[in-house]
Parts: sequence; structure tokens; C-alpha cells
Amino acid sequence: MIYRIEIHPKAGVFDAVASGLSAGIVELGIKTVFSLKCIPIFLIKGKLSDREIKNICQEVLTDPVTQDFKYYLSLTGEPIKASQTHDFEIAYNLGVMDPVEESTLKAIKDLGIDNVETVRTAKRYIISGALSNQDLKTIQEKLLYNKVIQHIVENPATSYPSQFRQTLKYKLDIKYIDILDASDRRLEELSRRGQLFLKNNEMRFIADYFAKQKRNPTDCELETIAQTWSEHCGHKTFKGAIDYSEEFSLNSKRIKRKKIINNLLKSTIMKVTKKLNKPWCVSVFEDNSGIINFDKDYNVCFKVETHNHPSAIEPFGGANTGIGGVIRDCLGSGLGARPVLNTDVFCFAPPDYEFSKLPIGVLHPKRIMKGVVSGVRDYGNKMGIPTVNGAIIFDNDFLGNPLVFCGTAGIIPKNKSKKKAKKTDLIVLVGGRTGRDGIHGATFSSGELTDSSESVSSSAVQIGNPIEEKKMLEAIIKARDKNLYNAITDCGGGGLSSAVGEMGKDLGVRVDLEKVPLKYQGISYTEIWISEAQERMILSVPKKNLKKLKEIFDQEDVELSVIGEFMQTGRLKLYYNAQLVCDLDMNFLHQGGPKITKKAIWKSAKYSEPNFSCPSDLTDPLKRALSDLNICSKEWVIRQYDHEVQGGSVIKPLEGILNDGPSDAAVVRPKLSSRRGIAVSCGINPRYSLIDPYWMAASCIDEAARQIISVGGSLKTTALLDNFCWGNPEKIDRLGSLVRACFGCLDSALAYKLPFISGKDSLNNEYKMAGESISIPGTLLISAISVIEDTNKCPTMFAKSAGNLIYILGLTSDELGGSVYFKLHNLLGNSVPKVYPQDGLITMQCLEKAILNNLVASCHDCSEGGLVVALAEMAFSGSLGMDIFLKEVPYKNQKSKIKNQNFRNDYILFSESNSRFIVEVPKLKQKKFEKLMKNVNFGLIGCLNNSKDFNVYGLDGELCIQAPIDELKQPWQAPLRW
Amino acid sequence: MKSKKRKPNVAVLRTAGTNCDRETVFAFNLAGARAELLHINNFISSRKNLSDFDILAIPGGFSYGDDIAAGKILANELKYRLKDDILKFIASNKLVIGICNGFQVLVKAGILPGSPDKKIKTLEQQVTLTTNDSDKFEDRWVYLRKTKGDRRNLPTGKAGTKYIWTKNLPEIISLPVAHGEGKFVAKDKQTLEKLKRNGQVIFQYCDEKGELSGYPYNPNGSVDNIAGICDETGRIFGLMPHPERHIYKIQSPLSSLSSRRFEYGDGFQIFINGVEYSRRNL
Repeated sequence: MIYRIEIHPKAGVFDAVASGLSAGIVELGIKTVFSLKCIPIFLIKGKLSDREIKNICQEVLTDPVTQDFKYYLSLTGEPIKASQTHDFEIAYNLGVMDPVEESTLKAIKDLGIDNVETVRTAKRYIISGALSNQDLKTIQEKLLYNKVIQHIVENPATSYPSQFRQTLKYKLDIKYIDILDASDRRLEELSRRGQLFLKNNEMRFIADYFAKQKRNPTDCELETIAQTWSEHCGHKTFKGAIDYSEEFSLNSKRIKRKKIINNLLKSTIMKVTKKLNKPWCVSVFEDNSGIINFDKDYNVCFKVETHNHPSAIEPFGGANTGIGGVIRDCLGSGLGARPVLNTDVFCFAPPDYEFSKLPIGVLHPKRIMKGVVSGVRDYGNKMGIPTVNGAIIFDNDFLGNPLVFCGTAGIIPKNKSKKKAKKTDLIVLVGGRTGRDGIHGATFSSGELTDSSESVSSSAVQIGNPIEEKKMLEAIIKARDKNLYNAITDCGGGGLSSAVGEMGKDLGVRVDLEKVPLKYQGISYTEIWISEAQERMILSVPKKNLKKLKEIFDQEDVELSVIGEFMQTGRLKLYYNAQLVCDLDMNFLHQGGPKITKKAIWKSAKYSEPNFSCPSDLTDPLKRALSDLNICSKEWVIRQYDHEVQGGSVIKPLEGILNDGPSDAAVVRPKLSSRRGIAVSCGINPRYSLIDPYWMAASCIDEAARQIISVGGSLKTTALLDNFCWGNPEKIDRLGSLVRACFGCLDSALAYKLPFISGKDSLNNEYKMAGESISIPGTLLISAISVIEDTNKCPTMFAKSAGNLIYILGLTSDELGGSVYFKLHNLLGNSVPKVYPQDGLITMQCLEKAILNNLVASCHDCSEGGLVVALAEMAFSGSLGMDIFLKEVPYKNQKSKIKNQNFRNDYILFSESNSRFIVEVPKLKQKKFEKLMKNVNFGLIGCLNNSKDFNVYGLDGELCIQAPIDELKQPWQAPLRW
Repeated sequence: MKSKKRKPNVAVLRTAGTNCDRETVFAFNLAGARAELLHINNFISSRKNLSDFDILAIPGGFSYGDDIAAGKILANELKYRLKDDILKFIASNKLVIGICNGFQVLVKAGILPGSPDKKIKTLEQQVTLTTNDSDKFEDRWVYLRKTKGDRRNLPTGKAGTKYIWTKNLPEIISLPVAHGEGKFVAKDKQTLEKLKRNGQVIFQYCDEKGELSGYPYNPNGSVDNIAGICDETGRIFGLMPHPERHIYKIQSPLSSLSSRRFEYGDGFQIFINGVEYSRRNL
């Protein structure tokens, strides 16, 4: 018997959900809706007495203060008779996991009712108002559901029963793929049809291997190879050979250079770490995250991942599982770290993008943004991990391919920071069950997106279950502290294939696939092996510990299954009901495919320079800069994240007298009993990359470093992560700019003595439409992490006290290429900000000392928008006025292209030169501070006043900006205050 | 006989989706208790006995994902699987605190504001904490004032007892809220009036001057700005804001204005109060 239960809001109770949805409809431009109801539906299958079903409704499903329930024995609700009323229901697609179903079942059992078999959920919407069919479709598709995971229920009476249908048990049928006799064309087709994303030479290489084995591969073997060799898992671009040449202008000479690079990663990023050889780097580029030392008992690990393609087609699920995945990276580092903070960085097209210009198959950027933010909010908050730092970049080129970076840092006892699976250890799978979700995720992300990606690759999208992961986390940490396992890793891209294969690659593996617990029947051996179902991890467990381990997992209600064993065979052997379905040589699998040399060229382009003169009043340009999407307040996003759970928060993402100013970096104390903290920051600026990826990379490193300094950190204890998101590496220009960026990382990180400890690349960020492939701008995210000894000294960014002095540290040059100011004039320019590490290093070291000596009242770094944006932010966040004199700014002017205007107020104000800080110093400490700064380019440029007016006097001594601080704060807050 | 000097035992109850457990344990221990973090399965399986503890704390988080409604499933678990233990615990002069999700649990289990008829041992929900008016999860610092106006209505001599948990706190304190379902609503006017008359409203959201004010000062649209309530004895206390996140000043947003950021913060006194009351009553 199936019951239908509807939960209605009580009359007179304010319905916040309906009110939120109504606002969303108005935002779509539809203003004719006058009432909306959203009614949760539960479908419950089981033999129940009338008393029992009433009891379930009353005690479990309804809040007696605000809700009423109705239940039916039919599957259809009562029809609504009113005119102009649209009544429809939305349910999850078959196979999509809805965590509510599991918890509802549990809650019903708590009542003592045991005979409920299954629970399904849906939502009924009753919308009243004059709507065209098109309006209704817009509301449904743009606001209420995503067809990748949900559908509109055509007829509840006939379609709901199918939700309860049992799938048939899988009957073993081993599939062999005939590649021994296949032509090149056939090989190409096999790769494309099977979503393997293997190149033809790789398919040929595989065919040759199997020819030597005198047999064809099974589908499972071919899938395993495709997963392992995918860009996502194998990083073949970064580890392969590249024939690179570059061409650019320097001092009006054209310079051409060529270079053969054997391994890009080892010759740039990892080279920095190796050369610096920092004793506090515990584990670099070998584990799921990078690990550095924290204090005498603990280390800290940090990892940032991307989840771009899934977020493009299902923003909530994509971001949700993105954050879930990186949390598991942390949990799978060493023998398991406890997560203490999350970071998130997004790149979207502007949220006001015209609907009519949207290409087919692309979700609107505002919807992507809202979905992504909700996805991160849902997972991060429910896991109880504070999301403390991030950035959002807006650029039209991210329209078809948004970027979603998620990071997690965790702490781990020093003696638990290394791992090694041992032979005869059991392979133990813990956490969630395996379903068909996420199949081909790893290979999908290794190809380009197209307008049919949403239908072809919908199985690559999943929805996370943070509570499952939280349970698993608690169980794992307990087992870790009892030393019950030798190694751990997460099931991420590539699923079991990648996790088990990687962990056992120096040994050998036997897995019995039928032992993997399933969400539902009917899943083939290959699907089990490559499914990317979330919330699962693999442990390597000595046999003697199994019983104790199981006790711990039972207590936390987490499922645990022994699925195989590590053995010294050098082979990957998979069985299904004792039938061999995969038998591969670990060496063949992990040495990768054919070695080829890719070609890469980077040539600097020439962009037009401005031909406008400097306006005499720059108040309006300042307001427009503050309103730029990349600069404006992100409070709407930040408040939705619990950035204070765990109680360790020191420097918050929002700081200021009213807690609404933009902080430079986050500081968190992971141990509540200690003053010691960690700071995290991020540097990102894809616009610079269009001019020169080398200086873009250098600028990102400089930005991340100066943010750490701004909150009281030290470069001596700072480590970096790199995340490269680029276009298709088969295209020589895309690869050329990637190589150039890597060299920017090498030089700057070495000069600042900042080791890289981990990183990730996501290539193929392109979107194909109408035959043309549009690449994102090469985007590098540099994340920095630093250990701070005494958080009592960490300064914040908002102005503190009238009468205090305002200094600028660092030299300002005419570096406006890629700046926000030029963007206001629809220009890119060429003079991209460079990094002069000798100067930057001295500035940062002296500022660090000044902060330690309590000389600094507040400190803010100059980044996008230049020094004037930094000054304005400090002023309005502290609710104080400022008087600033531009002639005191240390300024190196390059010959201006414009006649008779060698010195421009606007260039000084808006230049984005690196390594600069604005520092507030009490008058009493002026002498001490200036003495400390004697080797730094600094200027005493003004002071704070009580008038709440922001005044800037130009080089000629005349006022060039004058505005009450509230008039600056308003345009800064307005754009994303949704 | 137990020594009067022993530290009060605190059970910090945990289940799937509990989050603010470790900082709650830290706060109680710092206040002089012996706090233990315990999964609810320990009590259901009788491996642990609730009566061995002096204080029961239900911390924040998203128990069972807040599926169906925030706190609902854990509330039912207490109500149906641990009912006798809970009723016995409450009846024996011991303390209960529910913070955020813990408050939602206490309210939905009918433990707060408590049965209208003390003799009937049932747990029936009378008030709720529902979706914020903004329809959003929000993390922000709020000001709270101890309700004062109603105190004179208490019978003479009883005034002190209701304020076990908020003794010695300044009139206005600041704590963070972080929730999506924190709007306080009573099932009817009488229930609300009775709470107020009885002095069971412990905290109200206010502005920095102590005046009752609208959003964002009242972050969720709670009726009468109610942020925390207690039962008729004052021993059972629930609140949406997080006192365990303001143990030291450094956790609060304006701490960089001071150079002594490791002094105790506004929330600490609440834990001290609980521990001292228990110690006196051991």
C-alpha cells in the first residue's frame, strides 16, 4: 500500500519558503503571480494501520505549531478548482539519492513502526496568477527544478508507482571489447561512444598491449585504463613532455625563446619546493593534500580542488559534491586529518547577463551562482566546517564553463601524517552505498563541455549527503586514534578504480566486486568499479584489527565492508562472484599511455591603450570601481556560510564596526586551548592572464602572500597551493600560456621563498557551441596557508581611530593593464602589474615586524581597484573619514602616452601595482614605525578624521575625490545585495 | 557518599550531524566541569546511564541533516527511545541546555517550555523554531538582552531561580547566531502570554542599546524577538545563539579593538552558571 501525505502550512502562518520563491519569480520578470504554495509530499509504502499512518504524520512529518497534514490512499492530490491556477508536482529522477528518505525511514522506526518499506519525496506547487505556458515553463525550469536530477510528474497515479519498482538483480555477463582487429576509425568510435575520452594513439597503445596478451580487454579493463590515464587522474599534460616557444616584447625588442620541457610539474612547481627544502614541509605532492607543521603535536594539511563541469550542468549538486570531495581529501591525508576550515573561490559570468543572449544548454550565471553557493552552504554547514575565505570573479568568458574551487584544511597528529598499505591488509570500503551516480565523472571532466553535455553526462552529476560524510569522519578519527589501519584514501574521481588502484599500485590487488554494498540492484561489475558515488573511503586494514574497527563504525552507524585484499602480485585482479572480470599489470596501468611531446606557443598580444585624459573629479570613477562585481561586497554569500562553527574564528571574512568590511585573509585557531592559528588567503586574477600569464601568476602569488602579511602572518611559515584551470591543452596557444604561467610561479615563489605543497590542474575548460570552442581565460588560483604563533596580535583591515596616520608601503607605478579602472573604460591595456620580489620581500618582512611590535592599528593590502579602493574600504568599514594626499605616494611614473599629462591622479589612485599595503599607525608610534620602515618605499599619505568624509587631494593639491563614506559604502554594497 | 568537591559531569549529546559538540565540551571543561562527548547510541544501548550526569547539553549542528524539520528527528528519538531517562533526569533537579539545534530539539520534543500540567508525564510540543523570515541560513553576531520587564511578575522570592543560566551576565551581551530555522513561534497567544508572565523568556534579540528591533537585529523574525527560553524551574534552558562561540573575546568580531583578546567573552558566564549550580546541588 502506498500513502500520499501532503504537509500544508497552517492558515495565518508566514510561509518563508513560498515568500522566497515568489521573490524568485518576480526576479525572472514575471509579475502576475499573486499566490504560491509549496507543499512537501511524502509517499510511504508499507502495511500500516490508520492509527499508525496518523501517528507518522503527526509525530514525524508535521510541525504541530505551523503545519497541518493530509493523507490519502490514492497517489493523486485533491484537484484545485480555482481558475488561473497551476498545480504540478516535481520529483527526483530514478536513481538520484534523496537523503531525506533515509532519515524519514529512521524517524518512523523510532516511533516503533517497523513495517514501512520505502519512502519517496516530492514537492507540489500551486501557483495562482495569469501565466502563459511559456511563463510557467520558465518558472519551472529556471527556478524550481533541474532536469538533470528532477522531473515534472506527468500523472501521479501512473508515474509514482514506478518510483517504488524494484530493479532486477544483475546477472553476470562479461563484455569483451574487440580492439585487436579494430581500425583507427573504430577505435575512435569506441572511445567516444564509451565516454572514455582516450586519444587514438592511446587506444592503439592499449590495443598493442592486449595483442601481446593475445586477448581482447573486458569493458572493465578498458574503463580502468581510461580512468587511470585521464587528465583528471593522470595529469598527463603536466607530467608529459612539451616543446615550448615564446615570443614577447621587452624594452621595445622582440624576444623569442624555445625550450623542451620534460615534465612541467617537476621543472616549475615542484622545483620550488625541492630547492627551498623547508624543514617544516612534512608531505608534499605525494598525498591527498599537502602537509606542513603546526605545533609540537600537530601538523596541518591543505588542499584545493575544482568541480567545474558538474557545477556547469547541476550547480547545487556540482558544488555540493565538490566540497564533499575536498573534505574527503583532507580526511584521506596521512591517516586522516580533522577538517578545520573550508575555502571557496568561484568564477562566473556576470549575474545580470542578458537572458536572450544565453546559448542553448547553458544555465544562466545567476542561477549557477545561487546554486553553487547553496551547494557549498549545504555541505560545509552540515559538516560543521567553517567556510572562512574565498573570492568571486566575474567575467563573460566563464559563461559556458564556470569555475568552482573548494578547499579544506585540517589538523592531524604528527605521528599520523604518513601511511602505507601493507600486503595481506584487507581492503575495507566505508561510508555510503554505491549506485550508478557519478559514472564517467573523471573522464567527463577531461573533455570539453558541449550543448548536449547535460543530457549525455547527466550520470556524472551527483548530490551529496553531508551527514553520511560527517558520520564517517567521526568514525575514521576514532579508528585512527586507535591505530586500526595502515592507509586511507578517498573515493573521488574514478571511484574504487582510482582509490584502490592507486593505493595498491606498489603491491597488487584482489577485489570481489559483489561485496560492495549497493543502493539498488542491477548494477554491473564495471559500474560498481567506476561509480563515483559520494561519501566513501578505502582503508587498508590488518586482519587482526577488523573486529575492533567494525565496532567503532557500528557505533557511529556507518557501513563497513571488506571487499578485497592487498597482495604482492603486481596485478589488479577483479572478480565478480568468483569470475575474473579484470586482470591488469599494475606497471602497465600506472606507467601511463604513450609518451608524446605536445607543442606549445605563447606570443604576447598587443592591446589598445587608453586615449582619455584624467578627469578632474574622480569621485564617480571611485564609486564605479567600488561597484565593480569583482570588488563589491560579497556579504550575501558570506552570511550564508557558517564561518564560525568550531569556535576557532579569529579574523572573519567580514570585519568592521558593523561587521561588513572585506577582510584580507582568514585566521582560525584550530585548537581552542592555544593561541596559535592558521591564516589562509587566495590570489586570483584571470584578466592579467590575457596580457601575460607569467605576470598573472606572479601577481597571484604576491597577492596571496600580502594578504597573509596583512593579518599578521609571516612568509617564513607560509606554503602555497596551485590550482590551474585552463583550456584544451591539445591547442598550442592554450598550452603555451599554461607553460608561461608555470614559469611565473617558479620565479616568484622561489624569490619569496614560498614552497608549493600541493596542487591540482583542471584542463579542458572550454565550451563548444555552433562549432566554435570558447576557452576560459587561463585561471590560476594561488592559495596560501601560514602558521601564526600568537593570534592576539592579528590586525584587521578597518580604520580604528581618528587622528591615526595613514601610510602606504610599496612603490606605485603606472601598472593599469588588466585593471578594474581600465575595465571601466572597456580597455585591457598592456602594462600588467609586475612583481619585484626584492622590494616586495623587504616590505613584507618589515611590515611583519611592525605588526609583531604592536605598531599597526589596521592594515589592508592594495589589490583590485588599487590604493584608493583599499583606502575607501578601510574608511567605511571603520566608519571614519580620511584625508589623503597623493603627492606623498611613492610613485614611479613611466612615460605617459598622452601628451602634456605625465602625472595622472587617476593612474596613481587606480594602478594595481603589487606588494603594496595601506597601514594605520597611531601618532605616538610614528617614530618607531618609520624607523622600522627605513628600507621600505613608504609614504605618510594622510590621516583619519572624525568627519566621515573621504577626501583625496591630487598631485596639484586640489581635491580630486570628496564623498561622505556612506556614499562610498552604498555602491560597494548594492550590486550583490540580493 | 560522593565528595562535594567533585566536578559536575556533563553529557554533551551527539548524533549524526551534530557539529558544535567539541567547542561545547571545551566551554564546560573550562568552566570547571567534567564534560564527556557521547553518541546517543551509548544511552539507547544502556552502555551509559543518563542519571550518572548532572548536566545534559544538546549542542548545535544539523542532527540527521535537519531533514523533515530542524531537530525533529533527534527530538523524536529522545521522546520515543529515551523518554523515561529524560523525564527522570528532568525531575531530579538537574540541568539541561540546548543550543541552536539543541534548542530546536528541546522544543520539538516538548521538553521546552515544559508540560503545562506538571503531573502529566507527556512531552508535547507547544512552541516551534521555524524557517527564518529571510528563507536563508544566516551567520551573524546579534545583541541579546536578558528579559527584565517580566521579572517583577514572579512570585516573591522566586525571582532568582529562573535565571540559573543567566546569572551575573550583563544586561546586554553579544553572541553569534548561525541557523536557517530559528524563528520562534508559539502555538497560540495563551502559550506565549504564559511564557512571558512566567518569566520563561530568557533572552530577546535587541539592538546595541538594548531596544527591541527588527531585521537584522532580530535575525529570523522571532515573535517578540524571543531568542531563548527556559522551563518553569529555570533549569532547562534553550537558545538559538551560540554562547560556546564567545568563550574568549578573540572569537568576537570587534576583538581587534583590544589588545587583550584572550579575556573571557560574554558566553562563558552561561557555562560557569551551569557548573556552579550543579556543584552546589551535588
